[in-house]
Amino acid sequence: MLKNRIIPCLDVKNGRVVKGINFVDLKDAGDPVEQAKIYSDGGADEICFLDITASNENRDTIYEVVEKTSKKCFVPLTVGGGVRSVDDINKLLNCGADKVSINTAAVENSKVVADSSKKFGSQCIVVAIDAKKNGDKWEVFTHGGRNNSGIDALEYAKKMEDSGAGELLVTSMDRDGTQVGYDIELMSKISSKVNIPLIASGGVGNLDHLVEGIKSGKASAVLAASIFHYGKYSVKEAKQYLESKGIPVRT
Amino acid sequence: MNVTIVDYKSGNISSVINSFKEVAQNKIKIDVTSDVSKIKSTDKVVLPGQGSFKSCVDALQSINGLVDCLNDFVMNKKKPLLGICVGLQMFADVGYEELETKGLGWIPGKVTKIDNQNGKYKLPHIGWNQINLVKKSKIFKDIKDKSHMYFVHSYEFVPTDKSSISATTEYSSKHVCAVEKENIFGTQFHPEKSDKTGLKIINNFINL
Repeated sequence: MLKNRIIPCLDVKNGRVVKGINFVDLKDAGDPVEQAKIYSDGGADEICFLDITASNENRDTIYEVVEKTSKKCFVPLTVGGGVRSVDDINKLLNCGADKVSINTAAVENSKVVADSSKKFGSQCIVVAIDAKKNGDKWEVFTHGGRNNSGIDALEYAKKMEDSGAGELLVTSMDRDGTQVGYDIELMSKISSKVNIPLIASGGVGNLDHLVEGIKSGKASAVLAASIFHYGKYSVKEAKQYLESKGIPVRT
Repeated sequence: MNVTIVDYKSGNISSVINSFKEVAQNKIKIDVTSDVSKIKSTDKVVLPGQGSFKSCVDALQSINGLVDCLNDFVMNKKKPLLGICVGLQMFADVGYEELETKGLGWIPGKVTKIDNQNGKYKLPHIGWNQINLVKKSKIFKDIKDKSHMYFVHSYEFVPTDKSSISATTEYSSKHVCAVEKENIFGTQFHPEKSDKTGLKIINNFINL
């Protein structure tokens, strides 16, 4: 039976891990290579690096981080943030990333998704959707949550599936950093609309939130950052809890 | 001893290289090449594969003499070869991803899309799934039945001769996730991304 995945996400800036509260107010939380290794040894099913301010800054640090991490971690590594082109994706994959997540570039030009999934296979193309509720719909935001594209998130999710995305990483902008739980309605609506796996992100504050993300949000995988980074829970504890709630996990 | 990872410019093989180097340390030489003369003289070959069946076959064929060299290595010299993911799928006679495409034909069978039961199962099949060991295989030495392995694929290999199947997994239905036929080994899952258990499989292959 396929297991639901727990993915610790490390937000990386200038080669260091930082915590993001609504994408601002950053705190240093350590070395990404060491952290990734601790997570993979602790049972993380995948590791995710998001280079959060990469759109505006020198990107070379992330390549180095990915290269070093992939020599120490033998679980899948997803890298995103500031990925603009097929060439960027190629570079990250060559450094040892297993999947690359594309956000702003996919909104601006879905051809990047189509071209890269054709070139490298859809298994390594994750489309990251930052969505914020507006009335009774959700809109897709770009540039690390700074710009509203006005695009409907549900329709966009379907379009990305059709363009060749292998997975969707859906973050609720409203919930990110709040620790009140995933936006379950958003997750389940997108998951029901597409036939590719959904990774839920944004808002995890406790282990019940992970359970909700899978059971009610219909997510294949749950992504969380701060609950793991500051030792509130270990990945192992999270897995034991999920298992106690009848969710299949890798133990 | 030399182990050669075939770099035929199809998809991302960094993780395969990293994992083999991690396991081999400095005791066994790991080469990464598409140079036919080097592949000819090596002891073991690893054939990775990402992307579509067709793109992988096309990429293999675009390198002059590579397919003949691999055929000779496997069928005449009978030296060990490990195919990973689409690397395994290419053992088949034919694949149906994108267009009907002829495979290497080392293990009779075809590669078809996993039946997702009208959307009941998401594709690709991504994540950790348990493998059922159905026969003794040298690369599964000390690997427990029901071990978790990392998968990412939408197509499955359906061999005609079931005796080549060494492991299966369940997703939508039971499908083949590892084969062994004499000197030919293949895994649909990614040992290079399957944590310590995956590294053990790589170690078993290196030490055959």
